[in-house]
Amino acid sequence: MTEAVVLVPLFPALGVLLNLIFSRRMSEAAVGIMACAAVGASFLSAVVAVFGLSNMEAGHRAVETILYQWIGSGKFSVDVGFLLDPLSSVMILVVTGVAFLIHVYSIGYMHGDPGVRRFFLYMNLFVFAMLLLVLGNSYLILFVGWEGVGLCSYLLIGFWYVKDSAANAGQKAFVVNRIGDFGFLLGMLLIVFNFGTLSFTKVFAEAPHVFNSGDFMITLITLLMFLGATGKSAQLPLYIWLPDAMEGPTPVSALIHAATMVTAGVYMICRSHVLYDLAPASLVVVATVGCLTAFLAGTIALVQNDIKRVLAYSTVSQLGYMMLAAGVGAYTAAIFHLMTHAFFKALLFLGAGSVIHALHEEQDIRNMGGLRKIMPVTYTTFLVASLAIAGIPPLAGFMSKDEILYSTFNAGMGGWNFILWFLGIFTAFMTAFYMFRLVFKTFHGECRLDPERKKHAHESPPVVTIPLSALAFLSAVGGFLGIPIFLKYNVMHNWIGPVFAKVAHHGEEAAHAAHSLFAELSLMGISVVVATAGILLALVIILFRPGIAEGIRQNYSSLYNLFLNKWWVDEMYNAVVIRPLWALSGFFWTEFDGKGIDGTLHGIANGAQGSGGWLSRFQTGFIQNYALTMAIGVAVIMILALF
Amino acid sequence: MLNILIPDFRVIAPELLLTATAMIIILWEMINRTRSHAVSANLALVGSVAALAATVASWNLNVSTFGDSLVLDPYASFFKVIFLAGLILSVSLSMKYIQESGVRYHAEYYALMVLATVGMMIMAMGRELITIFIGLELLSMPLYILAGFFRKEIRSNEAGFKYFVLGSFATGIMLFGMSYIYGVSGSTHLQVIARTLYRHPSAYADKALLLGLLLVIVGFGFKISVVPFHQWTPDVYEGAPTPVTAFMSAGPKAAGLAALIRILVEGLPRMAQEWELIVAILSVLTMTVGNLTALRQTNIKRMLAYSSIAHVGYILIAVVASVGGRADLGFSAVMFYLLSYTFMNIGAFGIIVFMKREGIANENLDDFTGLSWRSPGAAIAMLVFLFSLAGIPPTAGFAAKLSVFFAAIQGEYYWLAIIGILNSAVAAYYYLRIVVLMYMKEPEKELGKATSSPLLWTGISLALVGTLYFGILPGGFLEKARIAVSILLKV
Repeated sequence: MTEAVVLVPLFPALGVLLNLIFSRRMSEAAVGIMACAAVGASFLSAVVAVFGLSNMEAGHRAVETILYQWIGSGKFSVDVGFLLDPLSSVMILVVTGVAFLIHVYSIGYMHGDPGVRRFFLYMNLFVFAMLLLVLGNSYLILFVGWEGVGLCSYLLIGFWYVKDSAANAGQKAFVVNRIGDFGFLLGMLLIVFNFGTLSFTKVFAEAPHVFNSGDFMITLITLLMFLGATGKSAQLPLYIWLPDAMEGPTPVSALIHAATMVTAGVYMICRSHVLYDLAPASLVVVATVGCLTAFLAGTIALVQNDIKRVLAYSTVSQLGYMMLAAGVGAYTAAIFHLMTHAFFKALLFLGAGSVIHALHEEQDIRNMGGLRKIMPVTYTTFLVASLAIAGIPPLAGFMSKDEILYSTFNAGMGGWNFILWFLGIFTAFMTAFYMFRLVFKTFHGECRLDPERKKHAHESPPVVTIPLSALAFLSAVGGFLGIPIFLKYNVMHNWIGPVFAKVAHHGEEAAHAAHSLFAELSLMGISVVVATAGILLALVIILFRPGIAEGIRQNYSSLYNLFLNKWWVDEMYNAVVIRPLWALSGFFWTEFDGKGIDGTLHGIANGAQGSGGWLSRFQTGFIQNYALTMAIGVAVIMILALF
Repeated sequence: MLNILIPDFRVIAPELLLTATAMIIILWEMINRTRSHAVSANLALVGSVAALAATVASWNLNVSTFGDSLVLDPYASFFKVIFLAGLILSVSLSMKYIQESGVRYHAEYYALMVLATVGMMIMAMGRELITIFIGLELLSMPLYILAGFFRKEIRSNEAGFKYFVLGSFATGIMLFGMSYIYGVSGSTHLQVIARTLYRHPSAYADKALLLGLLLVIVGFGFKISVVPFHQWTPDVYEGAPTPVTAFMSAGPKAAGLAALIRILVEGLPRMAQEWELIVAILSVLTMTVGNLTALRQTNIKRMLAYSSIAHVGYILIAVVASVGGRADLGFSAVMFYLLSYTFMNIGAFGIIVFMKREGIANENLDDFTGLSWRSPGAAIAMLVFLFSLAGIPPTAGFAAKLSVFFAAIQGEYYWLAIIGILNSAVAAYYYLRIVVLMYMKEPEKELGKATSSPLLWTGISLALVGTLYFGILPGGFLEKARIAVSILLKV
């Protein structure tokens, strides 16, 4: 049954192909249904394959399917193949499952858009690329998918290309991701050099023999790959593209933020855990960057007024948690949080989309309010997701976030882990606050809509609300797959644990060894108290005493502006990277090619011009200059070589 | 030496076929005076396909003839496939373009293109300096004429003239270098040179030999547009008729590298330490200047000219990488890169030919604005070619770059690989800018009506298939290239 894994990426690919060929002749509805069917069939295949996997003996659950040899040059060869193990199985279920719901929702959301055929084409392609990424059996296949999702995100973020901001956001996402890719590619090349292969099984089997823990080379490799992960998973310093990515249609934001793309970096690090376990220094970097990202993005989310922007920064923040988990060696917790986050973040975005749609493209929460009566289903599901992300037991987000914080607390990093834990718990407080600030401002209080919009506001149709309800169900109960305390019944640990167990080290091992019920319960208690406090604070400030917010804004205006302007990171990039590069290009063009070579020689050329005056009719570059450049080049080479 | 008397005609069967084709094209035109483009173009196509078949049929041969001055080995065959592919694609792009330009001397156009290809093939097969030089001249002369083919257009004239003057300059430098090599070794035959040097190792210390080699490298460097010998490229690429630019951008470069590598491997095998650093520096200069200058171009032909300079820089990485132990990986990466580049670059030029409407070239980047609305098919094809040029999977350009960087890593030239990767990150920007224009902006101005041309679309489709095939299944041709290089290295 595990053979069905081949079908998992095949169906979306087929969807792309059929869309390319037939979509022009199909009705809008038929195109949407076909795209949904492709992803749905992919999900069913994934279920079958994973069921087959679960029938195998625990600890030996890994099936590698080789399709064909891609490159075979001498000793070096790369096969195209899939690796199905508990880790990739969770990923394909989450990707196809959540993507399916988002596709269904899109039928309703994109209804009437002239580009709907193109939209579903890109969506299917996106899912296909992501499945390639998580199923690939080597770094090269992973990289192909990695570039593929980068490309699709670029196409989808810029989907409404007519808007300049959308086109620019698409380009920004692509370019920033390319910076990360550069690091990842270098890491890959170093892996080839040190192992002679890119196959996961071979690299991981050999790694402990090739390197000692803490070797410079393995640290370098893991750090370079982490640079790639910061691009894809929107971590410091490359997170800047994600908040702009909400320029795309809302289902795209949901797909990027929840199921595909941003989870790639987290997945890649968990997949490479054997390498990271050999590089403790890199793990500290991963944990620290993750934690700082969570904190920084949390502060920005506190003050944003665009409903999608708040959610975007909350994604960055939650991704930071996942990185933190990976960094402290709690890979299972990272994947667990990835899964629960996929549920509630998809739900939040789709809910936001439902609101935006009902209000005719209004996105500013200052102009909303009181929507709970108009849109009861959207409100209820949104509330469930918010409770989940805020970490209220027993919803999904509580279970996974708590495990991350617990693992961080127990990670043996000599005190540093306590600082990370404190930042993490503080971020949890901020999370609860900004999420409920969003909920209260959008759905509670008096209605601040302009009358024209209010008249037309309505609950969304079933094609939208049914996916919302399904995701709300998952957000509510998904956490029970990984109940803390009772490790024996923890499905998540029993399923994925073996993948990470072989080379278990400080984080996870420590978490198990020092498993004190008292410690865990008290940490859990702190989480709950903090989350509740955040919600209550939002309740007071937003609903009961709006004056407080104004007071804070005025008394701490510098801090408020810092958060509102996103710590001026974009401006920093502009000044430090973009403008110098642009100037350098201009320099090479006009100065180096134009003046540097042509120009310094113009004097000499002018002399030659007299004798060949007719040459001046040529509009550009003088031939003598070119010849002289060549002569000088020859002379320089001669001098270099002979002396 | 008996085989001087009885040449082995198997070796030059494709060349004979092509030469005959060129003759027939001109004769047909003289006799019939039909002024029909279709006949000339179709004759050229039939001849080149036949030559391709002959080349593939004799793939496994490894024989030499004409006093061992021409050798047909898999290495030469691989390059011949590149040249013929370039010829077939360029001819496909030409018919519509030449027809609409209204020139009446079109038979010469196709005949010259075919003859230039014969020159390239002789360069790839030459095992003797004079033979290689004759091949080079047979290649260059038709190119000078083709670049200036539109006699009444000042830009085309300028291109032809510049190319001719500077090309002659470079030829002089190269001949000068060859004479030094002859002076030190007493022969122009590559294997005799190698043998003489082997017997008298002290000759390696002779600076005259190094001088000769470097001048030869400079001469070829001009032909393949290596910085600082590149300045003719943008002017000539912009001024020449677009199909000629397409033709010049692929085959002649491959021919220059084919001859250069054979000289380095068969004639002067132990000089690697001497040229390694210089070629590495040229490589870095070439890709960096090429890419950074391309960023700011507004004419697409000029942009692709700078981009082609940058691609030569990547190829030189692989040449340098061959010094570090795994020569087969380095040189086979060069060959595979050239093969991939032929398809993706000529394909991109095919779209530029398509853009020419009612006598207006539409060569500015702005003219691509909203192309996906006007011509979705052309936009998709251009997208694939641009992705391939940028090195994005699953296209040929990605596999080619991967093999180059892999060779560099294996040869332990990390710094070169890093500079190469940084460069390709920069390059992605200017390629993708066109994608943005095509897909994300509404068309601004009306272009003329497109005239359909089945042959043009056949050419573009072939290029598209090649670009995707070498990207998805690069294994076969990479392995063929590696085997061909291994045979060359054993000689």
